Amino acid sequence: MMTFKKKTTVVLSLLAAMTAGSVLAAPPALPKDGSWGSGAGDANFDTMMQSGFQSKGIATTERLKQDPTQKLCSNPTTIYSAKNTALREKLQGENEASIKYPSNGNWLGNWKNGEKIAQSGKGLTWSDKAGEANGGNCYNCHQITKEELAYGTIGPSLYNYGKLRGNSEETIRYTWGKIFNAKATNICSLMPRAGAMGVLNEDQIRDLMALLLDPESPVNK
Amino acid sequence: MRAPHIKASLFVVIALAFSVSSQAQQDSTSAGIEAYREALQDGNPADLYVDSGAEIWKKKAGPKEASLEKCDLGLGPGKVKGAYAQLPRYFKDTNKVQDLESRLLTCMEKLQGVDTTEIVKAAFSSPKKADLVALSAYISAESKGMKVKVSLAHPKERQMYDLGRRLFYYEAGPYDFACATCHGQDGKRIRLQDLPYIPSAEGAAKGWTTWPAYRVSSGQMWSMQWRINDCFRQQRFPEPIYASDVTVAISSFMAGNSNGSVMQTPGIKR
Repeated sequence: MMTFKKKTTVVLSLLAAMTAGSVLAAPPALPKDGSWGSGAGDANFDTMMQSGFQSKGIATTERLKQDPTQKLCSNPTTIYSAKNTALREKLQGENEASIKYPSNGNWLGNWKNGEKIAQSGKGLTWSDKAGEANGGNCYNCHQITKEELAYGTIGPSLYNYGKLRGNSEETIRYTWGKIFNAKATNICSLMPRAGAMGVLNEDQIRDLMALLLDPESPVNK
Repeated sequence: MRAPHIKASLFVVIALAFSVSSQAQQDSTSAGIEAYREALQDGNPADLYVDSGAEIWKKKAGPKEASLEKCDLGLGPGKVKGAYAQLPRYFKDTNKVQDLESRLLTCMEKLQGVDTTEIVKAAFSSPKKADLVALSAYISAESKGMKVKVSLAHPKERQMYDLGRRLFYYEAGPYDFACATCHGQDGKRIRLQDLPYIPSAEGAAKGWTTWPAYRVSSGQMWSMQWRINDCFRQQRFPEPIYASDVTVAISSFMAGNSNGSVMQTPGIKR
């Protein structure tokens, strides 16, 4: 019975998907030259942005100003175009240079604190207060421990991270860099630059490192 | 009030849906969520807002002691049926592309003589915005079952769509987030929440055709403007000004992409 029911559901949803697919026209394509259409050039876009937002709490309109990395990554048509090769390399180098490795030589903190930071999605919205510790938002996008089932899938699974990679100096350094500034290794990575943008402090990064790399962490069980 | 009871019983369902042990299989979690989503369809408290929105539409108000019944939502004065499915659109009298809520502000100003400055400034949960939320529930319900038919033919309509698309990819702020960070790939989710891929017709439709919606988790009716506002909050952006071109542009992008899909408004959400 279950099988039959399941099959019926599958067939029905396939039919629904096919019908939907045949009805809906494809949205207008982006211009191939990296422009946005004649009415959406820089002047019009800037006017819209400047008149359309207001500062609220800690989220001021200053935040709308892009750094060169954000600017490059805001145009899906041209990010990886040949004419941007030199720019990509330059910006990746700048992001790499922003990484500050641990000042006290300690790379791994407490995985239990790391789990709390990974769970928390708090911080830096207009409804958050200045000076409060930010969360890492990690589970929003990654599977981490086996126990937490409510994880997102925008980033890769980090379950068994340390078990699979070991804890060589190279791995430890790489992992720190990834958390501190993911755009140092992948210029338009979707992952926030937690250290470089001041979202997480050094102690918090150490705790996340332990969550990923400590053999005692549930991630590596 | 019926709403709190509905809310309470839905929370029981949520509790059941999520009361799986940590060893439970992913399958049973998904099944639980699916059961919860189905249960949500049973009674939509949004209907209460639809009724109150219909009353507000007919009620005389403002210095001119007039109702909104002659408001032109794009299909002619007073024509509500099907109007929401064709918004945003270009309006000759304002020479602007407007979504439902910016158009309602125009009607309140012109027909009722209301100064809308304070309404624009007010928080979404404030009584000052309550009429607009209820009106959007009512007007969206009058397009339920109809196909989205948003014109991009007028140069200003196409411009608004293009500006919205550019905004969709605009990355900024302390987390480097753009709309596209979460909504730029197909088949992803944040925590357990599925993320529609908005540049596609099917993905845009998942969002566009189901808002305004009643949100069970907050016990609130949210208009499309409210939904967009909270997206930008989570994006760590400053606040989009109510009914500004920023908000109309992003709506034009979603609506333009969902052309041909069927309106299911008002929706119900977690």
